[in-house]
Amino acid sequence: MGFVWFWIVAVMIAAYVVLDGFDLGVGILSPFLGRTEDARRTLYRSIGPVWDGNEVWLLAGGGTLYFAFPLLYASSFSGFYLPLMIVLWLLIMRGASIELRMHIDHTVWRSFFDGLFFVASALLAIFFGAALANVIRGVPLGADNYFFLPLWTNWRVSANPGILDWYTVIGGVVALVALATHGALWLVLKAPGELEARARGAASALWVALLVVTLISLPATVAVRPSALDNYEAHKILYLIPALVVATLIGILSFTKQRKPLAAFLSSCFYLVFMLVGAAVGLYPTLLPSSSDPARNITIASALAGPHSLHVGLIWWSLGLILALAYLIVSYRLFRGKVTAEAGYGH
Amino acid sequence: MDALLLHRLHFAFTVTYHYLFPQLTMGLALLMVVMKLLAFRTGNERWNQASRFWAKIFAINFLLGVVTGIPMEFQFGTNWSEFARRTGGVIGQPLAMEGVFAFFLESTFLGLFLFGEKRLSKLAHFGAAFMVFVGSWISGFFIIVTDAWMQHPVAYHLLPNNTYEVSSFWGLLMNPWAWLQYAHNMCGAVVTASFVVAATGAFYLLEKSNEEFGRLFLKIGVIAGLISCVIQIFPTGDFHGRYVAKYQPAAIAGMEGLFRTQKGAPVVLIGQPNENTQTIDNPVPINDVLSFLIYGTTSAEVKGLNDFPPDQRPTALPLLYYSYHIMAGLGTWFLLLMLVAAVQLWRGKLYTARWILWPILLSFPLPYVANTAGWMTAEIGRQPWLVYGLIRTAEGYSIHVSAGNALFTLLGFLGMYSVLSILWIVLVYRFIRTGPAAAAVLPEPEPATLTGV
Repeated sequence: MGFVWFWIVAVMIAAYVVLDGFDLGVGILSPFLGRTEDARRTLYRSIGPVWDGNEVWLLAGGGTLYFAFPLLYASSFSGFYLPLMIVLWLLIMRGASIELRMHIDHTVWRSFFDGLFFVASALLAIFFGAALANVIRGVPLGADNYFFLPLWTNWRVSANPGILDWYTVIGGVVALVALATHGALWLVLKAPGELEARARGAASALWVALLVVTLISLPATVAVRPSALDNYEAHKILYLIPALVVATLIGILSFTKQRKPLAAFLSSCFYLVFMLVGAAVGLYPTLLPSSSDPARNITIASALAGPHSLHVGLIWWSLGLILALAYLIVSYRLFRGKVTAEAGYGH
Repeated sequence: MDALLLHRLHFAFTVTYHYLFPQLTMGLALLMVVMKLLAFRTGNERWNQASRFWAKIFAINFLLGVVTGIPMEFQFGTNWSEFARRTGGVIGQPLAMEGVFAFFLESTFLGLFLFGEKRLSKLAHFGAAFMVFVGSWISGFFIIVTDAWMQHPVAYHLLPNNTYEVSSFWGLLMNPWAWLQYAHNMCGAVVTASFVVAATGAFYLLEKSNEEFGRLFLKIGVIAGLISCVIQIFPTGDFHGRYVAKYQPAAIAGMEGLFRTQKGAPVVLIGQPNENTQTIDNPVPINDVLSFLIYGTTSAEVKGLNDFPPDQRPTALPLLYYSYHIMAGLGTWFLLLMLVAAVQLWRGKLYTARWILWPILLSFPLPYVANTAGWMTAEIGRQPWLVYGLIRTAEGYSIHVSAGNALFTLLGFLGMYSVLSILWIVLVYRFIRTGPAAAAVLPEPEPATLTGV
């Protein structure tokens, strides 16, 4: 049961990253691609009808985590108190900027929300990347299973680290670049004309950066947390996952060059999925490692909710997920195809 | 300031602010469905335009409800980690279900409802409006199930590691407390929406603009308002109150300011609880009524605060007392106002009766106050328990999150929500200023964003 729920939560997080990832990427690229008001409108329109539904995966994933692993939820949410609160503020600012910008046709009003949209999107990407890196690196768990991390200490990876150290900053940069690339590929798919060409240019340029930071992050992870390789060594076939990461990277570039935007975007989706799966495999069966004493790791066994809840949960969760996927297909089908700046933008 | 108090204020402030939005959208979703239905039945295109106008105000409020709602789910873990750890096996269930069953549904059908009018058939568009209504009411249900378990824990057992697990899924969802509270709460949301719609109508009639819509808004607002105000008091309020009296007698004693156990206990209409003398100062009591309300006989004995050990009495007695009295007092005012307005509507004199249009206009903030006061009654009345009889509030907070960090983020939320409030007022004012006549034009089927333009 623990195994099942571990992967359910992992899938929901991956769904969130893939779906809200391109929203965030569009935000990160907005000052660079949105040079004219028309271009900016197209950017917002490309994510407008779907961003909220994408964000629901974060909420649903958080709720599922709470329900399946209460101890992990309690420990990590209180331990990562400050960054989580900042993430909440950024989510509020970002949601407000996307939706409120359109309502008053005034250049100062719109510019304010454009700025907010960019800053919030970029910082969210960085925080999410750093969060994952924190989980991989481990935190100073106490005997009571709790911890509290300041935002930074001395930027070193030690037994008493901060949220931000050199390793987690790398994690943040990887997320920033990966989601920007993801967003660029989404725009190649959705944007018309000149914006599409500019997005393609951005994707190609970002690809180089993505390759570099990915190749830095993999050995850095092994250096910070050698035990991340345990599962890989035990089951050599798992090394296929990093190989797939590299394959998807190649896919992103070659499909972009071949003008196959859907294939390129899907490659980017799978890149994100395999990066996350790779991390999950490295952690399993630990959920939150201790930075000082492996005996204090929070594991699936120690955090799992009672058996009855989990059995019942499996039934409604499966039902709910089928519905969620149906809604997802309905909305993406309805809003498929290129967006334009003009149509429907009435004042 | 100690950390416990700050964590309590943190949750109290963010949840109170959050609930300003859902109480309108849940009620408005129902009224918009009714408007669409009236458009069907009467063939009056104005009802479609009215629903389109309210859809815009709905969308802004929905957005603010979404963004201020995300912190609520997170705060169980961030600020109340010990509570989250021990109860996740129970209330994690409804909270996760809310995400899976309500949020996906709402976010999908809201887009279809707001922008699908040209693309969808009339029936399908009505269906989309209906699904938005269903989604928001399901969402409310799961939250109430969560709160009801904290008020009246059922269907659980204790595991060896001192955490709670649900023992019966249906038992949790069928908690009688949840259904009583749900009925009372959703009815309160309809009161808020009715008053906002009616007040907007009154505003248009008083300023003599958009008068055709003003009359429609007043009509639907007053009729829905009267129905919901009646149901709010009886049966939902009455049944809920009796259930509280049965399972949280100390809370009832605190709400009523009943310091001493007595037969023929009174209801005190006005008066200030004085904890030093254990009496109500300047009371205006009506004898026997409390006994009658709870037990159906005027002579029944009602337990006063003196009969509860000090560690089981509500900790913030005056606040509890005032919350309850403000809620009940406003509820009475709402009923009177809507009764008079409905009589005038029936006599065909409402639309020109300035003496009643003014009170309707000025009363629109009051349901927000009443709903907030009602929730304060429930949550303060539960004290000193976090989960009634199982976990005390002082045991539940995140002990590793210091007072300094909690205050830092509380101040952050205060600042951020101040800005949101200003944006909200500016935008809603603009919508009302632009008026429903602009909604005569169908929205384009290609949405710019979720709430679009």
